[in-house]
Amino acid sequence: MSASTALNAPLPATGAAGRPAARLWAGGLLAGAAWIGAALLIALLPDAIEVGRTTELAASAGLIGLALALGSLAMPLLGAAGARLRRAGPWLTVLPLALAAWELATAKFALLPLPFFASPQGLLEVYLEDWPRLGESTLRSLWLLLTGYLLGAAAGFVAGVALGWSRAVGYWVHPVLRLLGPLPATAWLPVAFFVFPTSGSASTFLVALATWFPVTVLTWSGVSGVNKAYYDIARTLGASPTFLVLKVAVPAALPQVFVGLFMGLGASFSVLVVAEMLGVKAGLGWYLQWAQGWAAYANMYAALLVMAVMCSSLVTLLFKGRDRLLAWQKGTVRW
Amino acid sequence: MVSVALQATAAAGMAVDIRGVSHAFDLEGRLLPVLDGIDLQAAPGEFVALLGPSGCGKSTLLRLLAGLDQPSEGAVLGDGAPITRPDPSRVLVFQDPTLYPWRTVRANVALGLEARGLLKRQGHRAQQAIDTVGLTGFEQAYPHQLSGGMAQRVALARALVNDPRLMLLDEPLGKLDSLTRLAMQGELVRLWQRSGMTALLVTHDVEEALMLAQRVVIFGPRPARIVGELVVDRPHPRHRDDPHLIALRREALALLGLSG
Repeated sequence: MSASTALNAPLPATGAAGRPAARLWAGGLLAGAAWIGAALLIALLPDAIEVGRTTELAASAGLIGLALALGSLAMPLLGAAGARLRRAGPWLTVLPLALAAWELATAKFALLPLPFFASPQGLLEVYLEDWPRLGESTLRSLWLLLTGYLLGAAAGFVAGVALGWSRAVGYWVHPVLRLLGPLPATAWLPVAFFVFPTSGSASTFLVALATWFPVTVLTWSGVSGVNKAYYDIARTLGASPTFLVLKVAVPAALPQVFVGLFMGLGASFSVLVVAEMLGVKAGLGWYLQWAQGWAAYANMYAALLVMAVMCSSLVTLLFKGRDRLLAWQKGTVRW
Repeated sequence: MVSVALQATAAAGMAVDIRGVSHAFDLEGRLLPVLDGIDLQAAPGEFVALLGPSGCGKSTLLRLLAGLDQPSEGAVLGDGAPITRPDPSRVLVFQDPTLYPWRTVRANVALGLEARGLLKRQGHRAQQAIDTVGLTGFEQAYPHQLSGGMAQRVALARALVNDPRLMLLDEPLGKLDSLTRLAMQGELVRLWQRSGMTALLVTHDVEEALMLAQRVVIFGPRPARIVGELVVDRPHPRHRDDPHLIALRREALALLGLSG
């Protein structure tokens, strides 16, 4: 403890005194200038097509630019958040350039065919005006995804452990798994929609099924692959069969289980969207379909962006959970 | 302090009796004999080395004694009772430390206590065992952070925490570098002297057998049968260049069919 504080203590001192870079962040000023430049371009050039919310878009870009400029001046006060901001510097500079290019190609010169390509202010307009519907769709999708995924993951985990552990379970479940597992869950769609009382429960089942297969197979392979010497050691130390399953097989298989959970999550996303496009009258998949039906392409892109953020956040959450549980592992991938 | 505590709790060593044991593996319908008519006794508290070429079946003998496998023929007795299943009074230490990578040093050492539901009442014994093998301060480390020698010490502590009466050592120092190996040989002897347990050490290192054991039983190639026995009547600590040991070494190599 004392050694680490002794090591840490001099660092801020030399950083503040010796390196002026810590006081002022030149890259941040550049990024701020790029955002303000993009804001000016959006505000001052006339629109070639009829779009709303141009002022709001310009104002937002301008505000981001001002915040970045202030942030780069106040760098010493920001601490750890400042360090993260600095790492994002190049991205924060390129993003306003991309925004400007997109703005020029759509709203300002109408180079891309209408109405298939939306302008930045078109997207902003959707978020500002249609957020109740978009928000509700997101919540519905999340609920369907989470209930289905958790059910499927739990069932898959139990099935995988049972397959890896018990010969009797293996005898009966393995052939079923081999025949039905590889079938895409979406192939069950027509059956599911008349077997289940509601389209919601049918979709939950399909999401669960899509998750179940990879989680089962990888948990099973993880449990079967456990070093047999681990069991010998535990048995000579007086372990019961329950202890061997819960305290040896399961923790040893956990890295594989997480691969299964990750693959299951990906599969559950695609089933979710298909189910919502074909049967469920809610959710982001339904919203996409609805927007396309009305040729509301800006809404479509807006929903796609929300969906990307949602899926990515869920994967991040899964990886965070893994990093916490598998802290004992070396060299795991950072998401 | 620690040695006193261990001596106070450890029962005397276990008497080992192996009577006419033969064993074969079933390899896809073909029987592969690995042990052939082994008769071997060890007195309580004795340190016996089983010396022979690699893969001759010595490790199988230890698995039978641990109760992990049953012999095809013959009887394996501990204190006169047949050994039919594993028991914490008989512990195995492998060539690989086989620590659980997801457990810290302390949790690995406490494995036996936890498996028998003794963790709450006797958790302090894990710390005692860690101190005994000289790993105080590494309780919270994970196995991947340890060197080979340290990992093997953890494996020893994990075995010692059960107060075993019979310690089965399957080439426990086989994968260590030569310096660590020499240091650990001395520690093994000290642990055995302190605890009074019976120790059976499988090794293919003639010098290691002569440095540690009171009696060296020499095995021929597979299927293993006993080809000779040497009594090492020298107190510990022993010296490598002791003329008596050098003479025994020549004898052992001759029995193994090698002219030293």
